[in-house]
Amino acid sequence: MSALDYLQRLEAESIYIFREVVAECEKPAMLYSVGKDSSVMLHLALKAFAPAKPPFPLLQIASGWDFREMLEFRDATAKKFDLELLVHTNEEGVRAGVKPWTHGAAYSDIMLTQALRQALDKYGFDAAFGGGRRDEEKSRAKERVFSFRSAHHRWDPKNQRPELWSLYNARKNRGESIRVFPLSNWTEMDVWQYIHLQQVPIVPLYLAKPRPVVRRDGRLILVDDERLPLGSADRVETLSVRFRTLGCYPLTGATESRADDVPAVIREMLSTKNSEREGRGVDKDGASSLEQKKQEGYF
Amino acid sequence: MNRPAEKSLLRFLTCGSVDDGKSSLIGRLLYETKMIFDDQFAALKDDSRKVGTRAGDIDFALLVDGLAAEREQGITIDVAYRFFATEKRKFIVADTPGHVQYTRNMVTGASTAELAVILIDARKGVLTQTRRHSYLAALLGIRHIVVAVNKMDLVDYSRDIFTKIERDYREFAHQIKLEAITCIPVSAVAGDNVTSRSRHTPWYGGPSLLEHLESVNLRDPAQGAAFRMPVQWVNRPNAEFRGFAGMIASGVVRRGDALRALPSGRTSTVARVFTAEGEALEAVAGQSVTLTLADEIDVSRGDVLSTADAPPAVANQFEATIIWMHDEPLLQGRAYLLKIGTKTVTATIAPIKYRVNVNTMEHMAAKKLDLNDIGVCGLELNSAIAFESYRDSRVLGGFILIDRLTNNTVGAGLLHFALRRSQNVHWQALDVNKRARAVLSHQQPCILWFTGLSGAGKSTIANLVEKQLHADGRQTYLLDGDNVRHGLNKDLGFTDQDRVENIRRVAEVARLMVDAGLIVLVSFISPFRSERRMARALVEPGEFIEVFVDTPLEQAEARDAKGLYKKARRGELKNFTGIDSPYEVPEDAEIRLDTTTLAPEAAAARVILHLREAGIIDVGYDPGI
Repeated sequence: MSALDYLQRLEAESIYIFREVVAECEKPAMLYSVGKDSSVMLHLALKAFAPAKPPFPLLQIASGWDFREMLEFRDATAKKFDLELLVHTNEEGVRAGVKPWTHGAAYSDIMLTQALRQALDKYGFDAAFGGGRRDEEKSRAKERVFSFRSAHHRWDPKNQRPELWSLYNARKNRGESIRVFPLSNWTEMDVWQYIHLQQVPIVPLYLAKPRPVVRRDGRLILVDDERLPLGSADRVETLSVRFRTLGCYPLTGATESRADDVPAVIREMLSTKNSEREGRGVDKDGASSLEQKKQEGYF
Repeated sequence: MNRPAEKSLLRFLTCGSVDDGKSSLIGRLLYETKMIFDDQFAALKDDSRKVGTRAGDIDFALLVDGLAAEREQGITIDVAYRFFATEKRKFIVADTPGHVQYTRNMVTGASTAELAVILIDARKGVLTQTRRHSYLAALLGIRHIVVAVNKMDLVDYSRDIFTKIERDYREFAHQIKLEAITCIPVSAVAGDNVTSRSRHTPWYGGPSLLEHLESVNLRDPAQGAAFRMPVQWVNRPNAEFRGFAGMIASGVVRRGDALRALPSGRTSTVARVFTAEGEALEAVAGQSVTLTLADEIDVSRGDVLSTADAPPAVANQFEATIIWMHDEPLLQGRAYLLKIGTKTVTATIAPIKYRVNVNTMEHMAAKKLDLNDIGVCGLELNSAIAFESYRDSRVLGGFILIDRLTNNTVGAGLLHFALRRSQNVHWQALDVNKRARAVLSHQQPCILWFTGLSGAGKSTIANLVEKQLHADGRQTYLLDGDNVRHGLNKDLGFTDQDRVENIRRVAEVARLMVDAGLIVLVSFISPFRSERRMARALVEPGEFIEVFVDTPLEQAEARDAKGLYKKARRGELKNFTGIDSPYEVPEDAEIRLDTTTLAPEAAAARVILHLREAGIIDVGYDPGI
C-alpha cells in the first residue's frame, strides 16, 4: 500500500485532535457555524467516533440575522445525525435593539463574541472545537491547535504553550478553557477538495443560483427577509450569486458566479484573485484587527 | 475515494540567523505559487510603505510576520505555519524565529518537519546560529537539509563565495552526522533559483529550491517498521463493541494479526479494522483507526498496541535529551508530568549528565537547565511505559514535560535508552502493608510538614507536638532540617538545585516512615511550592498535612536565634531564604499557624486538634488498656 496522500494525512490529524480532546477534556462542545468548515469538521467528528456518535453537542451562536437557509440546514443536519444542538442568542443584545446596520463594529462584538462567551459560561464547556484555519489570516497562522483562553476568554498570543509533535497539553488552570482547531493545517482549497471527494453536505448558499440582492458599499447583499431596510435608491436585482464565506446575511457579500456545483466552485477558486475573508466586514479595520478581536474572545 | 489529484504532503521548516531572509523567502514562495490574493497583496503594499524595510519595495516578510509586535519590531517571534501547493506536492511550512531566545520555537517547528531549509547570508557565511539550527535539526531527526545560500545578488552571484560556504557547511555537517544535504544559491528578494533556475548563476547545475522541494524522496521509514499504536480512546457505544482508537505510529495492521498490549504484555488478535473510510482489511502508519480485538483484554488510553512478536521495550528509567523551554529552570530532583504518545506519567529528573553548548557542541557540567538549554539527564517515571528510542520513533520516543503547578509545557525531550537498573530493580509486593501496621498501632500514619522561614518557630512547635503525641502513646519521628543536613544531606548546599534535592530526599524518607506506620513530623524551611507538592504527591490523599508556620520576615529576623539573618545581611551567607532566596507562601496548607498571635504551646495544641478532627489519631483509644 502506498503512503497516504495529503488529504488523508490532514484527515488523520484532525481525527486525532478530536479524539485527544474527548479523552482529556471534561465537557467539550463543537462550535457549529453551519459554514463549509463546520460541515467538514462535523464530517470528521462523525468519522472519529464511529460507530459511536460524537460525544459532545453542537453549539450554534444565532445572531438573529442568520441566513434562513443556514438555519434550515442546521436543524436538518442535527436531526439527520441525531446530535444534540444548542442554540444561543445574546438576548440582551436583542432587547437593546442591536442591529447590523445600527451598531457598526459593536454589532459583531455583542451578537457574536459576547454571545459565544455567554454560551460557553452558561453550559460550562471546557473545550470548544472551532473551524478556524491557519491560512485564513496572519495572526491565525501563529495560533496553536489547542489555544487557551483565560477565565475572561482572552487570548494571549505572546504566551502560548509550545506545541510539539502531536503532543497536545490539554491541562487547564482554574477558569481557563480551550479553543481547539482541528482544521488548523487545512487551506480553503483543501476544504473544498475534501467536500468534493467525500461529498460532504454543505449549505446551498455556497453554490450559485439566481438570488435577489442589493448593492451596499460595493458588496452584494442578499435580500434574505423583509427586515433588511431598503431605501428608495436601493434596487433589488436578481443575479446568479454564491457565497464564499457565510456570516450574518446583512454583512456578508455575495459574488456573482455561475459555479452551481462543487467542481465548478473549485475551478472558480483556482482563478480567483481575492481572499475569502474579503467578503466579510469583520476584520477590515487595520492589519491587526482580527488579532485584536481574538484577544477579546472572538473565535 | 476518488482522487483526481493525488499529491503528497511535505512539512518543512525554514531557519537561520536573524535577517537571513527567512520570511522573505517564504513570502516569495507564496507569491510565486499564487497563494497571495489581490486584497492581501494590496494590504501588503500598504504595510510595506508604512513599516517595510525595503525602501518602498514590497517587503515579503510582512506577509508572514503575523503578530502586531512582530510587524512593529520587524522580527519573527513565534512559529508561523504557511501553506502552498504545486502540481506535485502540498507544503506546510513552519517559519521559525532566528533570535537565540526563540530556540524553543525552532524546536517546535522542527518536531513535525521532514525537511529543513537553513538559510545562510552569502555575505556572512556559516554562523553560530547556522550551527545551532543544524544541530537542532539533526537532534530532532530531520533527514533532509537544504542549505539556501541567500542574498546572492549582494555578492554578484559569486561562485567562489557559494563554493566556500558549501565546503564549510559540509565539513561541519559531517561532524554532527547530517547526511542528505543540498546547497542552493538563491536570492529571496530578487527571486533567483527560488522557483525557477536563475540566469545569474549559470555555474550552478542543480535544481531551484522549489524543484528540489517537489522532488525530494519522502519515503517514511515508519511505513516499513513493526506495527505500533498508542491507544487514544476506547470506543464503547454499546456492550457488543469495544474499539481501540488511535493513530498508527508505524507499520501495518491487518485483520487477524496477533497483537500485544503494553505495558501489560497481554496478547490477542485483531478482529476488525476501521479506517476513516469504514471497515478495511488493513491500515498503515499515519492513519487514524479503530481496532477491535478477538479477546476481552484490559487495554486503556495510554497503552501501546504492537505486533505480538516484536514489541517495544517497557521501562521506567531512561536517559534522555531535554530541551528546556521555560523561564523557570529545570532542576535536578524536581518532578514534572511527562506526556508521551497518549500517556501522562510523573517524571523525576535524575542527575543531569551534561548540558550541550549548542554553539560548540561541547558538553558542560550542569545542575540545572535554563530557557533554551539542551541537556542530557536521567529520568525516573512513577510507572513503566512502552517506548522506543527517538531515533527510531518520534511517537514513542518524543515527550513533553508539563509543570504540575502552572500546567505549562516547560520542556521537550527525546528518549535514548532505558537505564539498566530499571530493568533489574523490581518492586517487591509485600504482605505486611501500611494498613496492617496502622491497625496495629491505632493511628493513621501521616506526614506533618512544617514549613516557614528560618526562625519562624517550626522546630519549637514540631517538638511540642511530638512530645504530646508521644505522651499519648503514638509512634512518631521528627525529621529536622538542621539535623538531616548533618547526615543524610551533608553533601548538599543551599543553591536552588541543592534545596530541591534536599527536600526530595527528606520527602522520600518521610514516605518510607509513613509506610512503616509512623506519624512523621518534618521541620524544613522548604521554600518552594513545587517541592512541597512533590512531597504531597508521594503519599496518599489525606496523608500529607502541610503546616504553615506563618511569621513575618521582620519578626523572624528580630528573633534571629542563630544569628543567621545578620550573617546573611552582611553577605556572608548566600541564598538565605527571605533575604536573597525566595520563600513561596503555601496556598493550600491544611493548617496555618500565625505566630504573631499564637504562642508555641497554643500552636501545638491546634495541630493536635486538627489530627483528632481529621481522624489521624482516634479519640477513644486509651493507650493504657
